[in-house]
Amino acid sequence: MRVQTKPYGMLDVDERQKIIFPFGILGFENLREYVLLDAVQQPFYWLQSLEVPEIAFVLINPQVFRPDYTLDVIDSDLEEIDLGKNNGDNTLIFAIVTIPENHSKMTANLQGPLIINREKRVGRQSVSTNEKWKVRHFILDELASLRNETC
Amino acid sequence: MLILARKVNESINIGDQVEISVVDIRGDQVKIGIKAPREVKIYRHEVYEAIQQENRAAAAASTDLPALESMLIRPKDQDES
Repeated sequence: MRVQTKPYGMLDVDERQKIIFPFGILGFENLREYVLLDAVQQPFYWLQSLEVPEIAFVLINPQVFRPDYTLDVIDSDLEEIDLGKNNGDNTLIFAIVTIPENHSKMTANLQGPLIINREKRVGRQSVSTNEKWKVRHFILDELASLRNETC
Repeated sequence: MLILARKVNESINIGDQVEISVVDIRGDQVKIGIKAPREVKIYRHEVYEAIQQENRAAAAASTDLPALESMLIRPKDQDES
């Protein structure tokens, strides 16, 4: 299908990249249909709204900069998108990235992770029940401290 | 909005399964107890607001995306020098 995207203009996108968010995303509750795209710049992804081309989110796998990231959400959040505790292979987890003008200050939201059922292609934004995970984690700082730990 | 006055140890039922009680009042702070089934989501309102705000900020950002790898090479080079 042809999709008007915010980062790359008009693109041909496979139907299988379409993901429904039945409850929307917080602050964007009325937008339900998205496509998940690989960003040109690794390791980022774009979650592009199909309904409003100007709305797109940059995503990152939290494990990239926080290997200790755990998905702490209540069971019903998983059940609502047909996932269970033992459904790990089918579960994709992303954090939404906020990129200010100074790119080195980019942050990831680990308190409100996006959870996607890969097989059914439905997703939701959840709220972490673990207060360790905040709305703004500085990705580069945490990567740097990770590097220092492993050196 | 329905507004009810309650004293310490008094409670309110919402539906059959949710009970909210006033546990303690000190100054301008109220301690609230909530009994609810496990599947009922209970969060402080600020948490929701913070995530909404952050989502809006994320959506408003430009499409000029940095490559994380190129941003990481620099600190590594410094380590090695």
